[in-house]
Amino acid sequence: MNAKQELVSKLQQDILLWQGFKLQGKEAAEAIGLGELENVFPNGVFPKKAIHEFITVLPEHAAASDGFIGGLLSVLMKDGAACVWISTARKLFPVSLCLFNVEPERIIFMDVTREKDVLWIMEEALKCEGLAAVVAELNELSLIESRRLQLAVEGSGVTGFILRKDARKAVSTVASARWKISPVPSVTEDEMPGVGFPRWKVELTKVRNGNPGSWIMEWGGDRFVEVLPALKTAAWYDQEERQIG
Amino acid sequence: MQKRYVSIWFRHLLADWQLIRRPELCDIPFVFAAPDHGRNMITATSPLAASQGIEIGMRAADAKALCPGLEVLDDKAGRTTILLKGLGEWCVRYSPVVMADDFSVDGLFLDVSGCTHLWGGEREYLKEIVSRLKSKGYTVRVAMADTAGAAWAIARFGKVTPLIAPGTHTEALLALPPEALRLPENTLAKLSKLGFYRIRSFIGMPRSVLRRRFGEDFLARLGQALGTVDELITPLQVPVLFQERLPCLEPIKTRIGIEVAISRLLEHLCLRLQNEGKGLRTGVLTCYRIDGKVVQVSIGTSGATCSVSHLFKLFELKIDQIRPALGIELFVLEAPKVDDILPGQEALWAGKPGLDDQSVIQLLDRVTGKMGPDVIHRYVPAARYWPERSANRAVSITEKPIAQWHIDRPRPTELLSKPVPIEVMALIPDHPPKFFIYMGIRHVVVKADGPERIEREWWLDVGEHRDYYQVEDELGQRYWLFRSGHYGGEQRYQWFIHGFFA
Repeated sequence: MNAKQELVSKLQQDILLWQGFKLQGKEAAEAIGLGELENVFPNGVFPKKAIHEFITVLPEHAAASDGFIGGLLSVLMKDGAACVWISTARKLFPVSLCLFNVEPERIIFMDVTREKDVLWIMEEALKCEGLAAVVAELNELSLIESRRLQLAVEGSGVTGFILRKDARKAVSTVASARWKISPVPSVTEDEMPGVGFPRWKVELTKVRNGNPGSWIMEWGGDRFVEVLPALKTAAWYDQEERQIG
Repeated sequence: MQKRYVSIWFRHLLADWQLIRRPELCDIPFVFAAPDHGRNMITATSPLAASQGIEIGMRAADAKALCPGLEVLDDKAGRTTILLKGLGEWCVRYSPVVMADDFSVDGLFLDVSGCTHLWGGEREYLKEIVSRLKSKGYTVRVAMADTAGAAWAIARFGKVTPLIAPGTHTEALLALPPEALRLPENTLAKLSKLGFYRIRSFIGMPRSVLRRRFGEDFLARLGQALGTVDELITPLQVPVLFQERLPCLEPIKTRIGIEVAISRLLEHLCLRLQNEGKGLRTGVLTCYRIDGKVVQVSIGTSGATCSVSHLFKLFELKIDQIRPALGIELFVLEAPKVDDILPGQEALWAGKPGLDDQSVIQLLDRVTGKMGPDVIHRYVPAARYWPERSANRAVSITEKPIAQWHIDRPRPTELLSKPVPIEVMALIPDHPPKFFIYMGIRHVVVKADGPERIEREWWLDVGEHRDYYQVEDELGQRYWLFRSGHYGGEQRYQWFIHGFFA
């Protein structure tokens, strides 16, 4: 029985290896700071050599996804590497990335007019080993195009993030993970008035060789904090005597 | 090095040019004429016409009366300049620095310092120029001297020898008339009125006297002929320091052929650059086609580099713009702009990622090469509170931020480029909205922070201040709203949405 289990786990490892998930050494397997969530990925490691897809239908979702990516970038760019942000209609406010411990001057924005150009730049950037990550705002992405991007990623080890606006066009791609980040009401300490830390519902709708799931997370100022759902929120009308400012 | 100049004087430039094109005119006297104040004035004459007493500046009608068989041809303004430019470019074979004569527009200057020994000496050099031009059909007078001014004078007025030995140009000038100094008409008239018919008669006079009588320009011309004042040389073709040529036996028509040519040229050029400690900033590839057309593509880099593979990638993006047509017979690669490069050390720094990483810079070069220069933006903090102006565009990839980013106030992740007006219900005077309607959807505000007042930069534009609120609706979506201006009074106020928080 024990031998059989060993054989199965060995085979599973082999399959992962063939699919491009290399088992990294202990020192290389650095946590991205997502806590328990990382366990759903193969080997329990956030895949850095991969393409991550974010579905953002509403502008509020896009803002939440930007913030979440900002939190991930703070870890990926820790060694001083730069990041490329490609877009056709950019709304990201560079200053705000400071709140997620990212230096905005290390982000290189590339603003083009056509989606085709975004794809070309993204592929070139993903091949560039000096970068930490590449973020692209894309709507149309076919299976073949996503495969090309995945091949570029596997060669260089640069993490790729794709922000997609249209959920209906979400055809099958080879992205390692598909995320949906939506804002949820924030909570302040001791029910103080005002708006608290950004809090999101993080949904992983697809994980290659992993288990999808849903979590509530908060950006605690310098790192992600997982919070348990169903916390009572104080309503606005309960705080008649609140002070403003 | 001893400077030597050659002056070439085309005695009948237009006439010679016309005779080459129409040899049947060789027995007929002809002139060129252009209308001037309603009269047809002669601007150039053929040698035959000149021998019959026809001069430049006569009326064409008078000249016809003087010489009945005279043919009058139309002159076009600027034709001489174009002809001289073409001849000057042809003369680059004798010296890299060739200049057209701006004073009398009928000759060329050649800076021949260190060139003559290639033709076996100065006499042979001059003989070669005269005979080659003569075989083409141009009659010229040439002279060589230590200064351009002296060479000009000897070519036009010298009677002894065209070859003035080094250091003896002053003696050679003494016997010449003042016209040999390239002076304007009124100065010449003044000189002849005073009885100065030879340069010898005034060259020994004190400079202050000459300046008072004839002005500073006169002294400058005299100095240029004697070599005490430098003459400004503007070459027709600026010689490019880093240039590689690749002639092809067979015309190149295919993409692969062009790629091979580019990589070969780059190998040679980069080796030279590397040896001299330089790096390429701009590169120009000129392709000469066999149908006589010239195709040019150029690249630029954001930092000096002499890496063959990187430069090849930049040119690879431009190959589509090269139309070989029937074939390309000559490739010329030039580096008009080079910078010093820090050699070595690359292996040591290769492990440190960042903005000045080589691979990142190469990526930026490629993107700029394909998409144009206005694609890449980077932001550095500006010491300002107004949200739209809180970040400046970085000029270069190496620019370091001077100010600090403001992180003490909440700022939205996504900022609308233009605030959008919204309908709100809010308590006065400074409460956040109870609810607001944006894009037809009603958002009930549950939590809020604010206000944060940001004053307008009145020295730049006029308008109202803004009171910003960070609000959260019942779904947890967070917005950045502001009220422009105060409530009430004669001033208008309006609520806007300006961004989305994470």
